[in-house]
Amino acid sequence: MVSQISWENIKVGDEIPALPKVATTQMLVKWAGATGDFNPIHYEDGFAAAHGIGKPIIHGQLKRAWLVQLITDWIGRAGTIEKFSCQFKAIDYPRQMKSMTEPAEGETHWCKGLVKKKYADGDKHYLECEMWIQNGKGEKTTLANATIIFR
Amino acid sequence: MLEEQVMKLVGKTGDGIVMEVEKGAIKRYADAIGDYNPLYWDEEYARESGFDAIVAPPGFFGWPVSWDGPMPILVPLMAEMMDTIIKAGYGSILDGGIDYEFLRPVRAGDVLTAISRIASITEREGKSGKILFSIVETTYVNQDNELVAKTRQTVINR
Repeated sequence: MVSQISWENIKVGDEIPALPKVATTQMLVKWAGATGDFNPIHYEDGFAAAHGIGKPIIHGQLKRAWLVQLITDWIGRAGTIEKFSCQFKAIDYPRQMKSMTEPAEGETHWCKGLVKKKYADGDKHYLECEMWIQNGKGEKTTLANATIIFR
Repeated sequence: MLEEQVMKLVGKTGDGIVMEVEKGAIKRYADAIGDYNPLYWDEEYARESGFDAIVAPPGFFGWPVSWDGPMPILVPLMAEMMDTIIKAGYGSILDGGIDYEFLRPVRAGDVLTAISRIASITEREGKSGKILFSIVETTYVNQDNELVAKTRQTVINR
């Protein structure tokens, strides 16, 4: 799960190994409980409908956290994230649950990214990456950038 | 022209919010993401990696020791800002994104103090009326008085 890469072997244009995510209503409940974001827009059908988005949507900050994981899974202990920024372009919906533990059929969200820049400043080694989340239709709903420093 | 009540918010700093970073809270947060990186779960692995306890995923700063109202995530300064902006006639709220600067790891057992400041509020003319962009900057300092992170959040109201 946690890979080990080295700055020397990475090239500009390299793809970050994609991370698939299946968001479920259960996952949203967990996220609400873990962060204290109890906005009903993420769990109540009627409330979400009244706000013109049809049904409950995935928390933006959860999508941001997926893109952080995309990076940390890839760099392992070789480096750390120094800067990270995230913008939300479109809303995303979770799947319903089929059983206590299994999601229903539906959309998978793919977290993807590319290396945009590689440079050194003295003995500090950096990468800059661009990341995004792609929904089931292939649209980019969330965009992010990260600066990673290698030890 | 922005309402005086809204303009008065700019530069305002909130009280320090004390945040505890508990082991269980780190694991619940990581589990909600579906992130089973051993740095967040395995004490021994974290020690081998040079930390004295499990660490928090970047972006997790623990829970406030106490809170008012139904949304622990919404600090009083942010709540006041939203309330004032909505009263000034901007109905809908959009998350305009967030920038982080991570300076030091956050470890289980840390006690952080978060201080937020409303850095700017600007109005722009959008396709369907006026849009308000508010920027809130927050710094997180640990129990050893070290700066661990800075964030810059954008809230969009129309």
